Amino acid sequence: MATLELKQITKSFDDTHVIKGVDLEVNDREFVVFVGPSGCGKSTLMRMIAGLESATSGDILIDGARMNEVGPADRGLAMVFQSYALYPHMTVEDNMGFSMRLAGVSKDKRREKVLEAAKILQLEPLLDRKPKALSGGQRQRVAIGRAIVRNPSIFLFDEPLSNLDAALRVQMRIELARLHEELDATMIYVTHDQIEAMTMADKIVVLQSGEVEQVGSPMELYHHPRNRFVAGFIGSPKMNFIDVELVSSDAEGVTIKLPGGETRQVPIDGAAHASGGALELGVRPEHLVLDEQGPMEGRIQVLERLGGQTSLYVQMGDNLLTIMADGDVAYRVNDSVRFGFSSDRAHLFDADGLSLAKLHRHPLAGLRRQDNRAPSDTVDQ
Amino acid sequence: MSAGRVIPAGFFPATFMVTDMNKTRTSGRTIGGLRTLSLQAPAVSLLFLWMIVPLAMTVWFSLQRYNLLMPGMTGFAGLENYEYLFTDPALWSAMGTTLLMVGWVLVITVVGGTLLAVLFQQDFMGRGIARVLAISPFFVMPTVSALVWKNMMMHPANGVLSWVAESLGLPAVDWFSSLPLTSVIIIVAWQWLPFALLILLTAMQSLDEDQVEAARMDGAGPIAIFFFITLPHLKRAISVVIMIEMIFLLTIFAEIFVTTSGGPGLATTNLAYLIYIRALLDFDVGMASAGGVVAIILANIVAIFLVRMVAKNLES
Repeated sequence: MATLELKQITKSFDDTHVIKGVDLEVNDREFVVFVGPSGCGKSTLMRMIAGLESATSGDILIDGARMNEVGPADRGLAMVFQSYALYPHMTVEDNMGFSMRLAGVSKDKRREKVLEAAKILQLEPLLDRKPKALSGGQRQRVAIGRAIVRNPSIFLFDEPLSNLDAALRVQMRIELARLHEELDATMIYVTHDQIEAMTMADKIVVLQSGEVEQVGSPMELYHHPRNRFVAGFIGSPKMNFIDVELVSSDAEGVTIKLPGGETRQVPIDGAAHASGGALELGVRPEHLVLDEQGPMEGRIQVLERLGGQTSLYVQMGDNLLTIMADGDVAYRVNDSVRFGFSSDRAHLFDADGLSLAKLHRHPLAGLRRQDNRAPSDTVDQ
Repeated sequence: MSAGRVIPAGFFPATFMVTDMNKTRTSGRTIGGLRTLSLQAPAVSLLFLWMIVPLAMTVWFSLQRYNLLMPGMTGFAGLENYEYLFTDPALWSAMGTTLLMVGWVLVITVVGGTLLAVLFQQDFMGRGIARVLAISPFFVMPTVSALVWKNMMMHPANGVLSWVAESLGLPAVDWFSSLPLTSVIIIVAWQWLPFALLILLTAMQSLDEDQVEAARMDGAGPIAIFFFITLPHLKRAISVVIMIEMIFLLTIFAEIFVTTSGGPGLATTNLAYLIYIRALLDFDVGMASAGGVVAIILANIVAIFLVRMVAKNLES
């Protein structure tokens, strides 16, 4: 059992408020990802949980006990650093066994535990090497091994994959997900990479300038972003935003007037907003569809052919929109295209950037990561 | 380096020259197909002459009967000068003194420098000024610092140390007559401690902060962090400090000359000072040259080991 609770956590350096009152609950065995642009305070938040940084105010509770005054070694946590922070003069085995050595564990016992962790991470042949003789991925695994050996109640990962190349990153991502299953531990993971967040998290915490913008499952954040920031941050390529005018709203949804003058109805609750008001329509590139009869028109500025799909960057008025189309579309740069959007997938944002509630909840919005597995794979606990 | 450090001719540069030249010979002959030897030649031959002429002269004089007090007695002496030198108890005493001086100064500067480096790495008010003050003794020339220590610190009547002793009700110590070697070691260590501090402080700054934090997460307290993280990190810098200091400490002269003149008796006469006594007080150039050759051989033996050790350390 390991739960974490943050209550109104703040952090200030002199006059700079880095974290402005964060409330968060992390359940047992959950994989929580903190995501946000650089400087949003996600690493600071993790360092406060780790005890490397003190909180200016608020409570940090681990398994219900207040930990603010407890030192980093005694919180029962283990952290994997972005730079790995391996001890360069020690072998892999000594690196992994360092915490036990400090705790006065006997040499045999240490070796036993290190071997156990090394087995999980396939590090056995490397135990006598020094860190400098390891590749990036191997160093990463040693850093994780050093955390596993401590048998922590919560694992903390501070952008652990950002120093790896793209191929290795994908591989380590899968390995981390496997590790989470195998160790059945609570994990907190900081990243600025929304793909890592989407693929690994049970729960994503989106942070911006020291505040939590939204907490939810990956699919919830994708389908029901709370505001324009979350909508833009989650999903790749970024969501398109188009200025529209509200024409009318009823029980079926909102009718909006698009830049070309045509109107469309989207299933969103617009009761709180007056007719004629300015709204922003948010449509993801994958939900914009090329269509000869489509309501909007633009000129293609750049065309990126990826083989399986093509990204079209289309200038419409002042906006440069991204459209993900089929890999075989025959358009060329400077062609004029007409396009529409799937109204079920559209989002509307008001002048404050808050999203208007959708009439129907997306069926996958409540999906948890373990629901992806067929029932037969579920390991009995 | 401050002015006035006396380095006997050919004392140690020989070793540097040899290793440097080996390097260029193996790796630097052609760069991009261009022959570089002719370009290096002026600099290299100048340095080579700079080394070989005094060295050859020293060796030549060491084989001559050459005493300024006996101008009539000249001619080839064979190994006579060496024979006298090695049977002279002063040589062995000087070697012992040299070893003690080098050893103790190294111990004090390396241990003290490491601790001070850790201290000055901490964040505190006025750290920048404190660092400059701690490093400044290195910029005082040896004769001056020796004079200051002799007349203002260790003077039995009006020195600061005797004032401290007096105010504690202790008898004043006449440092240079009762603890001559210790006094010289203190002065030299005071001069070289800033050097060790400077090098080690720079090395400290390259210590990865994440490693320290990882160690904290692993349960290491300040002392464990010092021994398991900081000290291994400083290993390389410490070996550099030891090498450079050792080469300079083998030739300490000004401090001895100014304070004790090698005395009382031979208590503070090291090898460099012994050579000075033989050459310029006894006017026996032949014997002094023989001493010089011995010193060159000793310094080279030390330097070969140290250069190897440091090179190995730097490679890893």
